[in-house]
Amino acid sequence: MFPLEVTQLSTRFDPAEPQQPEPGPDADITRREALEGLAGTVGAVIVATMPVAAIAQATTTQVAAAPSVMPARLMGTPTSAVGTRSPFSVPGARTPTGALAGSSLTPLQSLSGTITPADLHFERHHAGVPAIDPATHHLVIHGLVDRPLSLTVDEIRRFPQVTRVHFVECSGNGRAAWLNPAPDMTPQRTDGLTSNSEWTGVPLATLFREAGAQRDATWFLAEGADACLMTRSIPMEKALDDALVVWAQNGEPLRPEQGFPLRLLLPGWEGNTNVKWLRRLELGTQPWMTRWETSKYTDPLKDGTARIFSFVLDAKSIITSPSVPSRLTGQGWRPVSGVAWSGRGRITRVEVSADNGATWHDAELQGTALPKAHTRFSMMWNWSGESAVLLSRATDETGYVQPTRKALLEARGAGTDYHNNAIRGWRVEPDGGVFFHWET
Amino acid sequence: MPNYDGGGRMAEGRLVAIVLSCVVAFSACQVADDRASAPTTYGLGTPATPAEIAALNADASPSGEGLPKGSGDATRGSALYVAQCASCHGAKGEGTPGNPPNPPLVGREPREGFPFGNDPKLVRTVGNYWPEATTLFDYIKRAMPLTAPGVLTDDEVYSLTAYLLVANEILPAGATLDSASLVAVKMPAKGRFVPDNRRGGAEVK
Repeated sequence: MFPLEVTQLSTRFDPAEPQQPEPGPDADITRREALEGLAGTVGAVIVATMPVAAIAQATTTQVAAAPSVMPARLMGTPTSAVGTRSPFSVPGARTPTGALAGSSLTPLQSLSGTITPADLHFERHHAGVPAIDPATHHLVIHGLVDRPLSLTVDEIRRFPQVTRVHFVECSGNGRAAWLNPAPDMTPQRTDGLTSNSEWTGVPLATLFREAGAQRDATWFLAEGADACLMTRSIPMEKALDDALVVWAQNGEPLRPEQGFPLRLLLPGWEGNTNVKWLRRLELGTQPWMTRWETSKYTDPLKDGTARIFSFVLDAKSIITSPSVPSRLTGQGWRPVSGVAWSGRGRITRVEVSADNGATWHDAELQGTALPKAHTRFSMMWNWSGESAVLLSRATDETGYVQPTRKALLEARGAGTDYHNNAIRGWRVEPDGGVFFHWET
Repeated sequence: MPNYDGGGRMAEGRLVAIVLSCVVAFSACQVADDRASAPTTYGLGTPATPAEIAALNADASPSGEGLPKGSGDATRGSALYVAQCASCHGAKGEGTPGNPPNPPLVGREPREGFPFGNDPKLVRTVGNYWPEATTLFDYIKRAMPLTAPGVLTDDEVYSLTAYLLVANEILPAGATLDSASLVAVKMPAKGRFVPDNRRGGAEVK
């Protein structure tokens, strides 16, 4: 196949033979006009980057030289049903894989911007990923409602729809970095249990209204259709605030690992409450005290209690570049970039320090900081080649400032291993080596 | 049972919030000249029948609501534990390594206080960290054994629950359990849990 294409291309671009244009929209453009136009484009690009005094000479030279130096090119691959990533790109991969009832983490250090590719969204499941046929799946709403309802996926898609960008973060994100920090940890290993997506669905309040939620209802139970029928108790306030039942992620149906065909989406609340494979919502007056909200996902405190129903994720940030496993290859300017997020609302400020917190500088927040969503920050940094410690510190619209590890220890205690949002960063050595830094 | 919602039953203000919230949800989709005729409901879905709800609704809460009839005893539970649980959770409920680790189930140390906030190495078990006994029944029935949840009968779940409560020295040897006696069990960690007391704003808590 390829030799044939080379032959065709050689023939087509042989200057000795007049080109016979194929019929189509461009059929009336002669080969000569096309070549001149291309040469003009090349010249313009160069002009834009050259001093004014050199413009005339450069333009003349490029117009004359371009056709003779243009090599023959291979035609690319044809259209395809579903795209794939470039074989030359390094999109990263979730790790670890193969856990039957565990997690895989998003390669934060490989990503740009704020949206997590759906197939790199972190996983956390408690009994594997179920295969659910949407044609037979139902969401049942019952308990303290006037009209117990059974809804198909198609019926749910007929309600008023909203599309919003939100992160989902496991409350255990940062737990490994809290309990067993190590210099070779990547952003993926320290914080890869957060991902950010555009979600499409229906406000939960709309569904509860449809079912006739009763005034007495103060809690509801959300249950998944995975093998363990995972359940969490959620206060009704969240349903009336911004909770969604979503079926789409980044423009396509939910991935199975993210709850296909339906998941609960509680913006800014710990990931476990965003129940996937949602099949049942029961309205009641007290929490059910499920295993996942008592034995797990509670925060033992140094005062001899344990915090329960600590849903909201406080502000947090992580520099993703530079970071482990990259290595600085030379002195000079480079961006220090990362993501910040808060379960309480918008990120309003991210500060970056290159001297282990002695001085802080405002980073640029890229794009619009959306509430309860990853926000990309960036700051240019001129590395002198000396040792440095890069840290980031997020502030949200409630005035909450990301704390140091020491401040968290003082406020909660060493045993509070969920919800670790301490300032963390990267130590850069003179040889360009980069290492995780957690003592803040 | 502490009142975890902190605010008791729904106040009038919350009803207003419901109405406002629904208006907002509506306004996002209604055509501009049709808001006044927005329906009370969209008429979507079908009524969930009692049988359909009963087939799904198997949750057990601390009040006992949802606990099924039937009973079990720790002796039968011990045999069931060996057959169904020990391969992951260990012969004595000590847990085994895995990805993630298979958690330990048995242990009462430390006997005094609740120092888990100060020492991340303390092992959290049914005996020292679970606040409600009904959670044990609900979770075993719902989620265990890991690779085949649902294979246990209600009586078997009562038996396993009894066995684990005995192993944790919460019930006496040979104890039996049914819904009433399960609700009456007072767990050592009961009363240690407080609802989220962060107050927002700049405070780190």
